[in-house]
Amino acid sequence: MELRVEAVSKVYGSGADARQALAPTSLTLEENEFVSIVGPSGCGKSTLLMMMAGLLEPTSGTVWLDGEQITGPSRGLAVVFQDYSRSLFPWMTVGRNLSMATAATKLPKAVVAERVEHALTSVGLEGSASLYPWEMSGGMQQRVAIARALVVEPKVMLMDEPLAAVDAQTRADLEDLVLAVRKEYEVTVAFVTHDIDEAVYLGDRVVVLQANPGRIRAEVDVPLERPRDQVRTKIDPLFAQLRAEVFGMVMRPGSPGPGGAPRAHAPSGSPGR
Amino acid sequence: MADLRANQAEMLIDDAVLGAGRSRARTVGGAVALRVRRVVASTWLLAVLLLGWQLYATWRPSVFFPPLDEVMTRFREDWLSGPATRLFLSEQFFDAAVPSLGRLARGWGLAVVVGIACGVLMGRSRFIARAYSPTMRFWMAVPNAALLPIAVQIFGVRDSMNVFLIFVGAVGLIIVNTADGVAGVDEAWIRSAHSMQVPTSKLYLQVIIPAAMPAIMTGLRVSIGIGLILMIISELYATTSGLGYQVTLYQQQFRYIGMWSTFVLIAVIGLLLNGALGIVERRVLRWQRRSGLGAF
Repeated sequence: MELRVEAVSKVYGSGADARQALAPTSLTLEENEFVSIVGPSGCGKSTLLMMMAGLLEPTSGTVWLDGEQITGPSRGLAVVFQDYSRSLFPWMTVGRNLSMATAATKLPKAVVAERVEHALTSVGLEGSASLYPWEMSGGMQQRVAIARALVVEPKVMLMDEPLAAVDAQTRADLEDLVLAVRKEYEVTVAFVTHDIDEAVYLGDRVVVLQANPGRIRAEVDVPLERPRDQVRTKIDPLFAQLRAEVFGMVMRPGSPGPGGAPRAHAPSGSPGR
Repeated sequence: MADLRANQAEMLIDDAVLGAGRSRARTVGGAVALRVRRVVASTWLLAVLLLGWQLYATWRPSVFFPPLDEVMTRFREDWLSGPATRLFLSEQFFDAAVPSLGRLARGWGLAVVVGIACGVLMGRSRFIARAYSPTMRFWMAVPNAALLPIAVQIFGVRDSMNVFLIFVGAVGLIIVNTADGVAGVDEAWIRSAHSMQVPTSKLYLQVIIPAAMPAIMTGLRVSIGIGLILMIISELYATTSGLGYQVTLYQQQFRYIGMWSTFVLIAVIGLLLNGALGIVERRVLRWQRRSGLGAF
């Protein structure tokens, strides 16, 4: 199922206070594609994702999901938010949190129960449906949030900096988890992040945004072989080259765009954190 | 010995971290000692006051101010002389306390339903809130007891008068607290529910109201206190049954010990209601304390 963003823009405020968060932007997610969206803070990457999710009305332009215009949250689309503690409901068990995602569907209870257990197994949390989110670590809670997105068996999963709030090691685990469930559920993914390594490591394509106003600076294809591996992929010279290229575009908006020489002295580590 | 003390200190810290009431004792002896200490710490002042009452009343006998032991003896005769099958509650308890509690249950129960419903509407709609908030505040500024004559005028000396007064006193507090709580629900939870297309009824019943529960519980707790006060006041004034009526009756018959024993019963009922609500609150808001979202 393809997701097409057509000349979508967003202006916050009105009159003299109006601020353009996103200039008219077009982007297409092919079926089963994994697109990373990366950019400096204030580039409108979350705004773009929320409009794709139908949670934010574009000022102009339209979003199409498989030929149908998106005007609000729709079936087939699932969102994973950054802040799991504010997106999971702490007064419900993990199991109830997951079955809430199917509240809009008329699925029989048995099917829901089966899907809940399956989704939990997929994220490595089998048998924890009766726990409460606050009985779990941050990493586990974000796994629950991912499982909740999977329960509806979405065609497209939109992830808004889902790993920004967990520690580095958990983060690497969860990156691989995202890749694994994406394969298992055959889902198209748009993954917003401010971590350039993560964007390159995960994506088939990296969309680089630029700020003031937010707009697409470049799209970089990532021809790294799959399955990706935290060690093997990251020592691939191609990985280093791609991340340097993206890094140059994110951190030095004035420098040459795609095709320009990668910076030799790009500092290691993830910038902007 | 030193070991035990260290253990206790550790448990005290544990307790402070986890909130009261849930000690993770490692030794049974330590747990008992801790509990005893906590009970003593919270009851010594009450004990001193009661003892002072007893001593003073024995020292200066007065019909208006009988000693505590006489009051308690009467309390047992008046209220707890029934058979075991009726939980030892006396005939008089069923004649006086049950009608009172029935009125409180009806008035307060209705206030809970209406108050939460109206509060949720006010919390969710800025338009409604803007229009009704001044009205609500005006309404709440009127001492509810002042409405008693009007209530008697409208309903006459019947149960519905007491129920109405309790309802009126409780409903405003519940509305205002619920509205505050609902308006303060984290937008992220609502957005999360929207993204899952949670149907409206579920959005309210399973997301918004639970999220606003801390404030709603505050409203319930305060309002049941007010409800109890209005229950007694309305019964003092015009009824032919109930605890307030019992107090007036004893007073008119110059049976002051009985009057005091009724006071004690009213206090016990108030304590039990608050305790019950406290248990409900701890149960319902467990997530809030445990997830570190609430200040305790």
